[in-house]
Amino acid sequence: MGHEPIRSLELRGITKRFPGILACDHIDLSVGEHSVRALVGENGAGKTTLMNILMGLYHPDEGHILINGTEVHFRSPNDAFDHGIGMVHQHFMLVQNMTVVENVALGMQSTHKLFRLDLAAVRKRILEVAERHELPVNPDAMVWQLSVGEQQRVELVKTLCLGARFLILDEPTSALTPQETDELILLLQKMSRELSIVFISHKLNEVKALSDTVSILRRGRIVFEGRTENHSSSDLAALMTGHEVELPRVDSTGIDRSGDRGLLSIRELRVLGDRGNVALDGVSLDLAPGEIVGLAGVSGNGQRELAEALNGLRSVESGSVHIDGVEIAGSSAARIIGVGMGYIPEDRNTEGIVPSFSVRENLVLKDIGETQWSTAGFLRLKAIAANATGLRERFDIRCPSTDTAAGSLSGGNIQKVILARELARGPKALVAVYPTRGLDMGAIEFIHKQLLERRKEGVAILLISEELEEIMNLSDRVAVIYKGKILKVVPGKDATKRSLGLLMAGVVDE
Amino acid sequence: MNKSGKLAYNTSVVIVAIAAAMGIGAIVFAMVGADIVKAYMVILTEPLKDMIGITEIIVRAIPLSLIALGIAIAFRSGILNIGAEGQMLMGILASSATAIAFASLPKPILVPLSILAGAAGGALWGGIAGVLKARLGVNEILSTVMLNYIAAQFYTFLLRGPMMDPEELVTGSGTPQTVRMPKSAWLDRLLPGTRLHAGVYIAIGLAIVVFFLLWRTTAGFRMRAAGAEAKAARYSGVKVQRYLVIAMLLSGAFAGIAGSVEVLGVHRRAIEGISGGYGFTGIVVALFGGLHPAGIIPASMFFGLLLLGADMTQRLADVPANMVLVLQGAIILAIVSARQFMNNPYVQDKVARAFSRWFGRPEPPAPPGSIEACPDPSDTPDPCLADDPEALAAAEDAASKGKAPEEASR
Repeated sequence: MGHEPIRSLELRGITKRFPGILACDHIDLSVGEHSVRALVGENGAGKTTLMNILMGLYHPDEGHILINGTEVHFRSPNDAFDHGIGMVHQHFMLVQNMTVVENVALGMQSTHKLFRLDLAAVRKRILEVAERHELPVNPDAMVWQLSVGEQQRVELVKTLCLGARFLILDEPTSALTPQETDELILLLQKMSRELSIVFISHKLNEVKALSDTVSILRRGRIVFEGRTENHSSSDLAALMTGHEVELPRVDSTGIDRSGDRGLLSIRELRVLGDRGNVALDGVSLDLAPGEIVGLAGVSGNGQRELAEALNGLRSVESGSVHIDGVEIAGSSAARIIGVGMGYIPEDRNTEGIVPSFSVRENLVLKDIGETQWSTAGFLRLKAIAANATGLRERFDIRCPSTDTAAGSLSGGNIQKVILARELARGPKALVAVYPTRGLDMGAIEFIHKQLLERRKEGVAILLISEELEEIMNLSDRVAVIYKGKILKVVPGKDATKRSLGLLMAGVVDE
Repeated sequence: MNKSGKLAYNTSVVIVAIAAAMGIGAIVFAMVGADIVKAYMVILTEPLKDMIGITEIIVRAIPLSLIALGIAIAFRSGILNIGAEGQMLMGILASSATAIAFASLPKPILVPLSILAGAAGGALWGGIAGVLKARLGVNEILSTVMLNYIAAQFYTFLLRGPMMDPEELVTGSGTPQTVRMPKSAWLDRLLPGTRLHAGVYIAIGLAIVVFFLLWRTTAGFRMRAAGAEAKAARYSGVKVQRYLVIAMLLSGAFAGIAGSVEVLGVHRRAIEGISGGYGFTGIVVALFGGLHPAGIIPASMFFGLLLLGADMTQRLADVPANMVLVLQGAIILAIVSARQFMNNPYVQDKVARAFSRWFGRPEPPAPPGSIEACPDPSDTPDPCLADDPEALAAAEDAASKGKAPEEASR
């Protein structure tokens, strides 16, 4: 196939149906040379489906793809590669226990000689590409040793090595830290001088920073197309969700909590990590009733271990944890749940819900033994169903019926199921870990409002997040965790992105 | 697709699958030089021709269903019990030892007592694997298979030694078997002239019990949660390890009861080869029946028919019984593959649309608003690409590797 540059790429009337869904509805999209097109929309709007069609992973039911004015048919991703289209998926497609060179070689058919693999040629190509696009990578590093940001770079290098001149990036920043995100955006800006980029995201500040033009998808249709610079983030958010989005903010002015005793009080907590390392090294934190404390930090600094230890899922070496005066350090998960701890775990699909269980079963997962849902060991199916109907209404859980398997819902709706279960239990304290990770604006808005409402009701909330904006919007106080220690606690209104970013990197300004 | 369309679709898939399996079977029969039509007639109709045939199917279905029920409990709770064979043997030993030792007890006491003893024997053997898994993380497939070997040797040892019928020593024939059970331990035969015994009530009763246990009690709820997603169950305060052990105890108990019922109802003494592979066929019955009592009962009847048919073809159609086992295997593979089509909404939708295209009644396009309710289509490889291996592999890659970086960073 030719190595001519892609001067224009056009999608005309692309339509794709899935059972019960019209995923793409006559979508037209055209991208010119050296431009960055942002494709934004809520989860399930059809962004990823559209790009998978462009990559030859799906075949469109209707519509055409044109490159430089000529129609092309992609039967498989290889066809798309041959035309110079490359995609970096949201979840990295790297073999963890292979080196960078080996990973890149996987896709480079030209280096697959009859009885050997021409790794030297691959290495040369990697270094070439890395230098040209300023993407430093170590070709001999094992992938699992690399940080998420570095893996992202490897993905980019890999795609470019395969000769991509048209890049599709599916939510490239979803796993990155704020610093890594900034770096990536700078990098992509430079790359756009030589390449065309389609950038899928629902983070509007990144869209604003990077893209020239923006297309907004809603429920399978393009609802808006225009130059990014002419529209503000909030305009775009409104177009994306179909209504005005105003993320709520906490108002902590004039509240004096100095007299309150801690509702959730953590003292000198020491916890070991999976590899026997010290994951938490003497963490102390006090949460007053009706207070949201944001725990900021780059993931892997002990957040996971803290959440697990607080919920009885990880043994505590030393230290104490009290909820409302009751000692819970080292107790079983069941007892801690009984004392009134709520928990929104990090991995909603495997820790938050049982995916094959119905929505109504998941809503009573924690309390099935309570007399409300069972009598003498027998389930009260009617009560369980009625509970689900009520919560579905109250938490706006969109599901065909409460009998549907929870795992088949979209991420936002799964999170609402978890939220509904945890909040309906009337917890005294709540640990929320990355509660809005990967969700769209509408769902984020809903979850933030719910958390603030619980705050008003006097629940002590520990919000663990990497999204600084989320932390600053919601927290009365922000604690920064670094290498298993709380570096500093600052009042929410004094926190800035810059100061938190520095603290997260371990820099304490004296 | 509407409900009746779905039913028609699923029915036709099953029919095609069975036809495919019988096609494979026909080739096998042709290869051994048997009369294909006659062989099939014998397998499928001969057992149903008279009362003896029908009751013999049920006699085989009783232990199969009991074992399958136990296996369903274990599988639903997330533990793969491959050890029903060994658990059944231990059940037989415990049950017969009890029946022989307490021969003087009246029937209403002795029968339940020796069945309970059988349950305890099986539960003990299953519980070992459960505790090993819960406490030490020993893979249950490994431990149950190994426990099968131990049980088989232990069984043979007892039958040839301590529990051997003294008569055998006197007469010198040395057949490895126990003495005949006292009459007070026998399960009643229900129809004169047949071997149909009261174990059938036990099997049906326990099927109902299992349904209620798994789907109507808190214990069952927790066991299923632990089996479906152990992590989420643990996060919700379920003591997953404890329920693992309970599930294995129950699973073993069911295999033990199966053995007990078999020995008290059919053979009336413990003999060698009594388990007859029921412990393994029971696994197939359980999976075939969808790990649900309502599926297990008919599935056990179907396999009872096949087992009996296999015996009969050997006698009547000159086809070695082993060949019928090949047919069984083909049927299982075909049905398991057919499942893939039955439960796949993408294929269903495709067929429905092709169907309406051929017959001119257009299917209304789905409303775009239904997106929310459904999984992100990008998460599932599109089966429409099944004819394109590269695309499918790429799509599967996308699904399977999705989690890798995240897991590695933990």
